[in-house]
Amino acid sequence: MSEVTVAEVAKNGLWTNNPALVQLLGLCPLLAVTGTVVNALGLGIATLAVLIGSNTIVSLIRNHVSDAVRLPAFVIIIAAFVTCAELLMKAYTYELYQILGIFIPLIVTNCAILGRAEAFASKQNVGMAAFDGLMMGLGFLAVLVVLGALRELLGQGTVLADMHLLFGASASNWVMRPFGDSYSFLVIILPPGAFLVTGFLIAIKNAIDNANKRRSAAQKTAPVKGAKRIRTTGHIS
Amino acid sequence: MTFASIRFNSLLLASFALITSLILATTDSLTKDRIAESERKAAQRALLEIIPIERHDNDLLMDVQPIPEKFWSVLGLKKGGDIHIARNSGQPVAAIIPSVTPDGYSGNINMIIGVNFDGTIAGVRVVEHRETPGLGDKVDLKKSDWILSFNGASLVNPQASGWDVKKNGGEFDQFTGATITPRAVIYQIAQVLEYFSEDSERLLIEAAKATPEVQAANNTEVNP
Repeated sequence: MSEVTVAEVAKNGLWTNNPALVQLLGLCPLLAVTGTVVNALGLGIATLAVLIGSNTIVSLIRNHVSDAVRLPAFVIIIAAFVTCAELLMKAYTYELYQILGIFIPLIVTNCAILGRAEAFASKQNVGMAAFDGLMMGLGFLAVLVVLGALRELLGQGTVLADMHLLFGASASNWVMRPFGDSYSFLVIILPPGAFLVTGFLIAIKNAIDNANKRRSAAQKTAPVKGAKRIRTTGHIS
Repeated sequence: MTFASIRFNSLLLASFALITSLILATTDSLTKDRIAESERKAAQRALLEIIPIERHDNDLLMDVQPIPEKFWSVLGLKKGGDIHIARNSGQPVAAIIPSVTPDGYSGNINMIIGVNFDGTIAGVRVVEHRETPGLGDKVDLKKSDWILSFNGASLVNPQASGWDVKKNGGEFDQFTGATITPRAVIYQIAQVLEYFSEDSERLLIEAAKATPEVQAANNTEVNP
């Protein structure tokens, strides 16, 4: 069992190994529901809850399940959590449930969830597994919300439209229209817009990573200049 | 050895299935009432938008008349449906008729059409559609108030030739870049009005028979 630190898990989920931008898992709901922030938030929170739940349970039972039935058992657990999430959303956020429709049950097929159960939770203790679920879920949620916000703003020219679907009637006047009432940019709302914006997000993340790499590489090579003598101690065998 | 492992694994999986189904059954029974309530409210909200609470005093959801099978094809209904009757102190004021047009740009457009018993339209709402966002989806009240332009219209206002988009010499606006969707909706509404002029007398008679007291009795019979 490899030891991992809390900081590593957090960094992995949110940035280095982000399920949406790096692993490119769960792209189908990612592209389909991110027309507005509220849709993205709804699906993101549901996925987050399922990830934490499934990671926790998978970690709890990791020593009791034989390899032969490991995957079916994981799938049963994930499916159960997704169905619970679906029932709860239907009960408490019915309109949002209607908008997200088929994409809620389809959380089962989000490879990010089975992937984390298999690659991480089945090898780690419960606390770490749950934390990994939280961080991976947040990483996925963050990308969904950024994507939703960009597409909502660029596509239909609104910010925080329809938030009452998730936060009750008092949130219905949160909506802002920075570009005026009649603004709309069709391509961004349609599926191609989802691909375009996702592509730009991935490009921006890679650009930041490359810039960081160059900077740390520059820092490493800098001190070498002064020390030209190489001292060797010990044996070379 | 193999048999032992097969038995162990199947028992293991079976117990998993059992435990998870228990959890699901619990969640289901905990949320069932709440879900039914949410569904009811959502259905009622759409009806109330067409016939506001000032115009009627009955429970729109419960006061229904089945649609005779011979009218299903006119209304575009494959599995039939119910007409909701709005009444004020027992007197029927309007009927809310479900209708589907398959002639949208992509897939069916489901609507409910409220018609007053004098033959004028009380209101129309598109309940479900898959029209192009930004173009055809203006039939949805959330995107545009085009659908309100039908309020007060009837078979004589405008005349039959007026039931079309302006581009074809009709009375109703088309959308920039989209004529198929509004035309499908306009034609379907006209068809619903024609159905209503044919069937409204029968509806009134049936509705008069089904007074609130009778309905209450019927309902208790069905759900004791």
